[in-house]
Amino acid sequence: MALKIIRPGMFTTVQDSGRWGFQAQGVGVSGAMDLFSHRLANALVGNSDEDATLEVTLLGPEIEFQLNSTVAVAGAEFRLTLDGGVAQMHQAFDVPAGARLKFGERTKGARAYLAVAGGIDVPAVLGSRATHVVTGMGGFDGRALRAGDIVKKQTGVAFGNTFGKKTEKTYRPLLLPDGGAKLRVIVGPTGAGLLTTRRYTILPQSNRVGYRLDGPAVFERSTGEMISTAVPTGAVQVPPTGQPILLMADHAPTGGYTIAATVITADLPLAGQLAPGDWVEFQGCTLEDADAALRDREAAVDPH
Amino acid sequence: MTSPQIVAIGDACLAIIFEQQIDPRVNARCVALASDLEQRRLPGVRDVVPAYHTVSIHFDPRHADRSHLHRELERAAAHAVAPALEAERQPIEIGVTYGGKDGPDLASVAAFAGCSEEDAIRLHSETVYRVYMLGFLPGFAHLASVDPRIAMPRLDAPRLQVPAGSVGIAGAQTGIYPCDSPGGWRIIGRSSVKLFDATREQPSMLKVGDRVRFVAA
Repeated sequence: MALKIIRPGMFTTVQDSGRWGFQAQGVGVSGAMDLFSHRLANALVGNSDEDATLEVTLLGPEIEFQLNSTVAVAGAEFRLTLDGGVAQMHQAFDVPAGARLKFGERTKGARAYLAVAGGIDVPAVLGSRATHVVTGMGGFDGRALRAGDIVKKQTGVAFGNTFGKKTEKTYRPLLLPDGGAKLRVIVGPTGAGLLTTRRYTILPQSNRVGYRLDGPAVFERSTGEMISTAVPTGAVQVPPTGQPILLMADHAPTGGYTIAATVITADLPLAGQLAPGDWVEFQGCTLEDADAALRDREAAVDPH
Repeated sequence: MTSPQIVAIGDACLAIIFEQQIDPRVNARCVALASDLEQRRLPGVRDVVPAYHTVSIHFDPRHADRSHLHRELERAAAHAVAPALEAERQPIEIGVTYGGKDGPDLASVAAFAGCSEEDAIRLHSETVYRVYMLGFLPGFAHLASVDPRIAMPRLDAPRLQVPAGSVGIAGAQTGIYPCDSPGGWRIIGRSSVKLFDATREQPSMLKVGDRVRFVAA
């Protein structure tokens, strides 16, 4: 026992830093869509990056804590209440046994991460607790949480805001997108076509697997299908229709479409904070730019 | 053979690309190179994924030096020799119930080939296929090459639900859906093998380089 789900929210899943090492057997990586905020939430309660958190999507849950817990929420800006009183994002706070944490109105961003000191405890599958809903692998029974679910946390962690000192560190939360975002990309081996010169809109049929984008056809002529090969998260694939798809955390490890460009690691968390209806612009950059951007991002979550 | 190209796919993946074709010798070279790279345990490398004509290396850019990695890959690729083909390796036999409700597209594949359903089954089951890659779903082996007469392209609109075990054709490729999934392959039959089990030491039943033959049940 630990966390009782009173209302599950729109799509709340257990996630971690991903199921690496099995892509050659067809197993996708999954993990937090906004890895930065997942790590920040973990750091605030003294967890490691790999500990599992709850990923909350658009409409947040209401959770009753059955045990004393120290928690933190990072990422999308939600109005949080603890037994009716206001609770702050981006800092650790104690939740006494029996108290209810409620995610209220969301003002910015799409996904928030709830970390509990010790980490969410579900069985690891192939070394990871991340949920892959498409194949029902990992997480809580391989699915999004429902009302009445009891999610365990790792026990034996001290209670009493032991980690309050952590908030003294200068963690810089992710600057959340407001209606859209510019994402930096490494242009694909065969050129990016119109992708880096036009604005695209995220279509409703987008999810953790990928974002379908509406806008001008990326290439003048259909590039058709190619022989399948491995694809990384952040790749912008262009099917024969010309309408691009941005591959996100739950994408299959291989694909057969042209890759016009790939979002850099430092900007993937920002991509994870976008929702259907948001716009997106892709800006070409160099690998040196990408490395510098990542160093900057790292300094915000690991300020040692 | 020509020397492969090494291309950055974003800032966290390098792809080694050989001749773009479905060819057992090219694929055997990819398999040998992938296994060599796995054994080197290069710093920051998280996944090495062989496919038809590529080997992709996913790495954590925080913990890998890209130019160093690039040089290591160049060196390994230059030395990757295609081993003798596994022609002598005994094919793995997989039983299939063809047609009927298990294979709703068998009739259209037969029509595509201009032959009877029995002949389409014979064409599919008398070839010994090679596992060229795994992808799309856990344990989903991509087998090739299908006899050109029955090498029918994917459905125009994918089905929302293809049951686990369904045996399908997608152009020159054939394969078995390891779990229920949406999918666009032409479904001609069904098998009961357990292609993927996360609790097994080697979760995927098939691995790249294996040989497979389907047997009509």
